[in-house]
Amino acid sequence: MDTNTKAKNKNPIISLDGVSKWYGDFQALKDINLDINLKEKIVICGPSGSGKSTLIRCLNRLEAHQEGKIHVSGIELHETMKDVDIVRQDIGMVFQNFNLFPHLTVLENCMAGPNWVRGIDKKEAKERAIAMLKQVKIPEQADKYPDQLSGGQQQRVAIARSLCMQPKVMLFDEPTSALDPEMVSEVLDTMVELAKSGMTMICVTHEMGFARQVADRIIFMADGEIVEQNTPDEFFNNPKSDRTKTFLDQILI
Amino acid sequence: MFVDTVIEDKSLHKPAFLLGLSVAVLIFFFAFNFTDTVFGEFLSPVIGNPKESGFFGRLVVSFVLSAIFVLNLFAISFARLRVQIFIVWIELFLLFLAFAFSFDLKFSFIQSKIGLMVSKGLFTTIYISAVSIVIATAIAIVGAIAKLSNNGFAYAIASFYTSLFRGLPLLLQVYLIYKGLPQLGFMVDAIPSGIAALSLCYGAYMTEIFRAGIQSIPKGQWEASRALGFRFSLILRKIILPQAIPIIVPPTGNQFIAMLKDSSLVSVLGIWELMYMAKTLGQRDFRHMEMLLTAAMIYWGLTIILEIIQARIERKYQQKA
Repeated sequence: MDTNTKAKNKNPIISLDGVSKWYGDFQALKDINLDINLKEKIVICGPSGSGKSTLIRCLNRLEAHQEGKIHVSGIELHETMKDVDIVRQDIGMVFQNFNLFPHLTVLENCMAGPNWVRGIDKKEAKERAIAMLKQVKIPEQADKYPDQLSGGQQQRVAIARSLCMQPKVMLFDEPTSALDPEMVSEVLDTMVELAKSGMTMICVTHEMGFARQVADRIIFMADGEIVEQNTPDEFFNNPKSDRTKTFLDQILI
Repeated sequence: MFVDTVIEDKSLHKPAFLLGLSVAVLIFFFAFNFTDTVFGEFLSPVIGNPKESGFFGRLVVSFVLSAIFVLNLFAISFARLRVQIFIVWIELFLLFLAFAFSFDLKFSFIQSKIGLMVSKGLFTTIYISAVSIVIATAIAIVGAIAKLSNNGFAYAIASFYTSLFRGLPLLLQVYLIYKGLPQLGFMVDAIPSGIAALSLCYGAYMTEIFRAGIQSIPKGQWEASRALGFRFSLILRKIILPQAIPIIVPPTGNQFIAMLKDSSLVSVLGIWELMYMAKTLGQRDFRHMEMLLTAAMIYWGLTIILEIIQARIERKYQQKA
């Protein structure tokens, strides 16, 4: 099977070349080849343990890969790199458990990145933070602490916090999995808005409605491999591999 | 802690429990025989001369004592929680005073010495403890970071340090530093040696407290900070330590209290701190108990002040959270 379906564009923002990763003896990623272009929206899905979270966490080097090459904006991610922080500042990440800073207010959470590492003065950082909180539709919560907010609100703050860094790419690692059902849609709506604004997005999610609506490409992973990748139409209506069919049968009841 | 919303029956209001308790207390007082004490004297109208009262006297005294004890508990059990706590505190304190007064203390002696004890001894004790607390805290922060780092040298030095200084008795460390350093050619005065021993020993304990506090912060906080492009020192300063401090404060307060009292060990170097003064001032007149009890009350008072400060800091962080 051909997993090496490289995109046509010559200058991808992220490119993976034969990437493999092991946890001890267990191989979590097997020879992943993938190019992602600017403004592309990618949804990665697959059964649990298929390596999709591991893959996305390798893209800002929260996890280390052992073989192959990962380039982000032309910079290779590797063990002895000096400027990993610079690369990370351009990649926003939204976690399953939000990971907001509980000792800082919502506003301070959003100001921290720009003020501390981008060197933007407090006044401007605050203006930007308020603008982003408006974009995720919770400017009125700015002075509260994270644990005073609902899960959905916390996740939207987490998105705003990442956006304040004005990243080139946004990574979403199962952003709605820890939410109560009624809060899923408010977060997905925020993500749809973000997609419309032209952000490059890579989302690990089981929300197939979202995938159908915004994805340019859906990547299906199983056992650490990319099994299939296609446009949403083709992926849902005409899945090629048996594993994809089984997965879709299970998830689309 | 979670206080259950269902109130159980008070065991003190159950006859079976009361009876059992009374018997147990009676046996206790009987076994320890209080006939020769003030209680025996007090009951002499009933039992006659306490010394000749024998089994009957012993039984009466223990019966009266256990009756007072159990009735007291029974009465207190009807009060509100805060009142209960207050009454029990007062009663225990009175018992302690009774213990102190049983030594036939000469208060004019205490009065004549307490000025020197406070101006010289208390001052030195506070000075040594305060300086040691500051140094130990600094050591603990550096030690904790070293123990959590990937740097082999830093980890090895820090773990060797904590192992050694937690492994030796403080008194031994005091001697080793005071008597050992001069043999290496460093002449150190008693007070700096004492401070060094206290700081190094408590720095080792506190290193472990700080390390555990930092480790208790969820990994997600590090990941979110890293994902934003924060560097290690920034994460530690702005994200991890502010969250770790509320966890670190209670055990650290404990260490401060322990250190304040352990500063008495440097008295072996002849430093004129509280313990040394207490030992020497009473010696000439054979009035040991007066001086020891005075020192005891001063130490106790100091630790109560530290406890209050600790409680204030804890409350401040609880409000914020």
